[in-house]
Amino acid sequence: MSASAVHSLWTTAAQQPVDSIPAPHIEYSQLAPMLIVVGAAVLGVLVEVVVPRKARYHSQLFLSVTALAAAFAAVVGLAATGHGTTKVQIAAMGAIAVDGPALFLQGTILLASLAAVFTFAERRLDPRAHGKHVDSFVAQAGSVPGGEGEQAAVRAGFTTTEVYPLMLFAVTGMLVFPAANDLLTLFIALEVFSLPLYLLCALARRKRLMSQEAAVKYFLLGAFSSAFLLFGIALLYGYAGSVSYARIAEVVDGSVRAIDPALAQTMGNDALLLIGGAMLLMGLLFKVGAVPFHMWTPDVYQGAPTPVTGFMAAATKVAAFGALLRLLYVVLPGLNWDWRPVLWGVAIVTMLGGAIVAITQTDIKRLLAYSSIAHAGFILAGVIALTPDGISSVLFYLAAYSFVTIGAFAVVTLVRDAGGEATHLSKWAGLGRRSPLAAAVFAVFLLAFAGIPLTSGFAGKFAVFKAAAEGGAGALVVIGVIASAIAAFFYIRVIVLMFFSEPKPEGPTVAVPSPLTMTTIAVGVAVTLALGVAPQYFLDLAGQASGFVR
Amino acid sequence: MDNLIALLIAAPLLGAALLLCGGRRLDGAGHWVATVLAFVSFLFGTVLFADMLGKAADDRTVQQQLFSWIPVEGFQADVAFQLDQLSMTFVLLITGVGSLIHLYSVGYMEHDERRRRFFGYLNLFLAAMLLLVLADNYLLLYVGWEGVGLASYLLIGFWQHKPSAATAAKKAFLVNRVGDMGLSIAVMLMFTTFGTFAFTPVLESTGETSEAMLTAIGLLLLLAACGKSAQVPLQSWLGDAMEGPTPVSALIHAATMVTAGVYLIVRSGAIFNAAPDAQLAVVVVGAVTLLFGAIIGCAKDDIKKALAGSTMSQIGYMVLAAGLGPIGYAFAIMHLVTHGFFKAGLFLGAGSVMHGMNDEVDMRKYGGLRKYLPITFVTFGLGYLAIIGVPPFSGFFSKDKIIEAAFAQEGARAWIFGGIALLGAGITAFYMTRVMLMTFFGKQRWQPDAEGEEPHPHEAPRTMTIPMILLAVGSVGAGAFFSIGDRFVNWLAPVTEFEHPHPVISVPVITASTIAVLLVGAALAYAMYGTRPVPVTAPRGSLLTRAARRDLLQDDFNHVVLVRGGEHLTRSLVYVDHTLVDGVVNGTAAGFGGLSGRLRKLQNGYARTYAVSMFGGAAVLIAATLLMRAV
Repeated sequence: MSASAVHSLWTTAAQQPVDSIPAPHIEYSQLAPMLIVVGAAVLGVLVEVVVPRKARYHSQLFLSVTALAAAFAAVVGLAATGHGTTKVQIAAMGAIAVDGPALFLQGTILLASLAAVFTFAERRLDPRAHGKHVDSFVAQAGSVPGGEGEQAAVRAGFTTTEVYPLMLFAVTGMLVFPAANDLLTLFIALEVFSLPLYLLCALARRKRLMSQEAAVKYFLLGAFSSAFLLFGIALLYGYAGSVSYARIAEVVDGSVRAIDPALAQTMGNDALLLIGGAMLLMGLLFKVGAVPFHMWTPDVYQGAPTPVTGFMAAATKVAAFGALLRLLYVVLPGLNWDWRPVLWGVAIVTMLGGAIVAITQTDIKRLLAYSSIAHAGFILAGVIALTPDGISSVLFYLAAYSFVTIGAFAVVTLVRDAGGEATHLSKWAGLGRRSPLAAAVFAVFLLAFAGIPLTSGFAGKFAVFKAAAEGGAGALVVIGVIASAIAAFFYIRVIVLMFFSEPKPEGPTVAVPSPLTMTTIAVGVAVTLALGVAPQYFLDLAGQASGFVR
Repeated sequence: MDNLIALLIAAPLLGAALLLCGGRRLDGAGHWVATVLAFVSFLFGTVLFADMLGKAADDRTVQQQLFSWIPVEGFQADVAFQLDQLSMTFVLLITGVGSLIHLYSVGYMEHDERRRRFFGYLNLFLAAMLLLVLADNYLLLYVGWEGVGLASYLLIGFWQHKPSAATAAKKAFLVNRVGDMGLSIAVMLMFTTFGTFAFTPVLESTGETSEAMLTAIGLLLLLAACGKSAQVPLQSWLGDAMEGPTPVSALIHAATMVTAGVYLIVRSGAIFNAAPDAQLAVVVVGAVTLLFGAIIGCAKDDIKKALAGSTMSQIGYMVLAAGLGPIGYAFAIMHLVTHGFFKAGLFLGAGSVMHGMNDEVDMRKYGGLRKYLPITFVTFGLGYLAIIGVPPFSGFFSKDKIIEAAFAQEGARAWIFGGIALLGAGITAFYMTRVMLMTFFGKQRWQPDAEGEEPHPHEAPRTMTIPMILLAVGSVGAGAFFSIGDRFVNWLAPVTEFEHPHPVISVPVITASTIAVLLVGAALAYAMYGTRPVPVTAPRGSLLTRAARRDLLQDDFNHVVLVRGGEHLTRSLVYVDHTLVDGVVNGTAAGFGGLSGRLRKLQNGYARTYAVSMFGGAAVLIAATLLMRAV
């Protein structure tokens, strides 16, 4: 840009009278789910400050459950009054979309979080330490379970209840993420849910070093990917002169050519669009855990406290896929000849990579991490379909998958030996003989992961593959089925290990949980079977919710 | 009135359900429940028969649709019954003989602990057999076909504590599977060819179907008939089936079930009429089996196995007749009915002898029993006269007609098959005279058994003798009753076509030579077993005798060809499976496992490596996107 041009920009800007900033118009009722949760999160911080230590656990639990339930009720209310179908609109000055996919995904996130918060609150699995109930979280960073540091912390009255507001903040970000209708809101939402998650990962009571390592890795790599995302946003702004989804889409379509003089040289430059779009995609693919941006997943899943892993594996995936769907269906549909082949490739390597590497895993949490990578690939196959069926199948899959995941990780928290959770697979040998119920429940989840009929996993996989095949991605479906076959191997292997191997003499025991975790597991099994036996109602629901607002 | 058809089947089915599910409470009265229900079924049969007689000859077929079984677009299977003269004949035979044998079993099985179960199985058999002959389509017939197979299996192996009985049951089941496979494939072919299973449309549209297809269906039906009716090459199970209780041998393995193959061929007459090659195969099977069974019958010392060989041979006659087409169908069925009477009577007589002889079956340890079992001797003797075809007993009429029909063919066939049928009559006379002489005449040869217990031959109780007497009446009079004025032929004619046979030699000559041949056979037997004492241990005998004692090497043949061959085949298939299939499968698995092991090394735990991977990924993503645009 030449010096004279810059000069003229400044002068024209200076000549114009400065408008007073208009008061933003906020549709509170339509933003209620997010507002309730963020309000509760703020309240939670206050609770930490004001409420006596003894009462904090119950107050926080009550607050979280109430807020999540109320937010879910708000989502249901919005959906019932047609905000997901006939009265879709863009709220908050164009920042937030209130439409079918947003409401469906917000509902899913809220239910999953509700199930997860029960596992957060579980305090019966470990024996009491220093006369106090303990949960999965650490009260003080340097303390060792049962050690002096912990004892000092107990004596000082430190509690672990800050996880509840942290989780609520994360949920807030996740609710905004799939509804974000401009790139900046998207970025803010991403950071809002990522930062609390980094923290939560570091809070495991046992295996402190692993937990801290996981948090640091997650934070570093998350920041790295955020940088890509942000840079992509900048490039897209340069291309379209706006961060609004609708506006960018119009420029991509070519329906708007109004040149902002300040951006005269960059606007409409396809290189910016393509590079920016790719970087944006990369940021989101990182969050869903797609190959080759997946490498954080096993380390973080393994190191994080297991309740957090379950929450993160379920809810983050839902939110990130929601944002990805909106980006691809609203912003970049005009560009689909460019991004579809690329995402084809990503889906293929993700499905195969996740499934293949999972074969040789020996830790149940890492196994589930690779399984989640493979599932990200399956979901991507549905995303690529670019049809209404593709959207609804992905929505259904996400709902089904999140409950299976939370349930499975909840079972993992139960299998324990002297060192806490016994996650090494060799210790799971013969579990079915010692604790048939827990093993049977876990087997149900594994079968759902493998996509065996009469579980939600089958219905979901069938839906995405059908959508992908009808969307012209037959080859992708073939590879998906092959990857499913490979994946079935390691799921079934765990079942074989549990039921057909001799139990080890010093093997772990299954702790009897409080009704909290039991509720989570029961809900997981119920949803898994309900969505597997009678998926049609939910498929119809997802079908009704598959219209994006522009 | 039409509803009676369903009740006909329902009565024994109810009995089976009550007895098999009712538990110990029915131990005391169960056998009478079963017997009464069998008689009730017979009563329904006679009522239907009377009703049928009241109608015009062409209007006697009754059809009853019970419910739609598999109502699918393009595939209609109904549970529907068809009662015509052919099935009526079978209904009366099955329920009549069946009821008598139920009655007989009350005495025969009196001391068996599992009597209730035995009667449950017998009732189950009756229901399945009635379903087989009353079905109006091949699919339902198949259900009955499998049902009788199941009942037969359960009853042969009824004394399952004996390994020989358990093995015999398994053998019967396996050999029958081969035949059943033929029937199931035939039914499938029918469906693809005709689009339906029902008798009427299938049999009426044979004119529009290619002969090759009809030949295929016919051969498969013949295979089915061979299995169920113990015809060569699927004959091997019948001799071993004699391990079952004697009433079972009489009812299932002589009078009714083993004749199901004949029923199937006669019922499908229209198919065979249009497929001469299949028809010839039927005749050949019949002729071979009639000699095969007769020769085995000559060599057996076990009274039941001798009778089993005889059954095989007599069914061979029926199959031969059924293969002759319209000149033979009616005679096949007629012989089937008379055979039902006299063979059931013979078996019951054998059972009565065994009852009196501590279950001894070796005829060499009998001798002179006519003094001890006078009623058995008389009824058995009448059955004997009937089976060898002495006029005017019933076997004479029915067998003579078949021999006449066998002579009524073109060219050399007349002489070959007529000659075999004639020869068979002579051998029949031989082996039956042998049985008669060894059992009831000569010196008493019985000895104390293993426990040192001397048999005390005695006449059977009345529940056993009454059925024997009634069956003897049938053995004496049925043939004449059926033949005088061609009564039976005219009765069946509306269902099975009928043509008068025109033998190549005149009928009186055939009749005369039949009688001559049977006299020769009987005289020969008398010379060998009547004039000389019968040794208690069997002499070594000629090569043929020894082969016949081993059932003409049927089991050896099956063992060498089928069992060994099968073993070799499976072994080679297992080899292929292990090396090739498993090789590919395990190789794939190992390949993925190795790949997995290598890929997981990328996951080295260093955040810097992960970041590089992300950076590289982003670069590839961007490059690929740009490339897509460039292409």
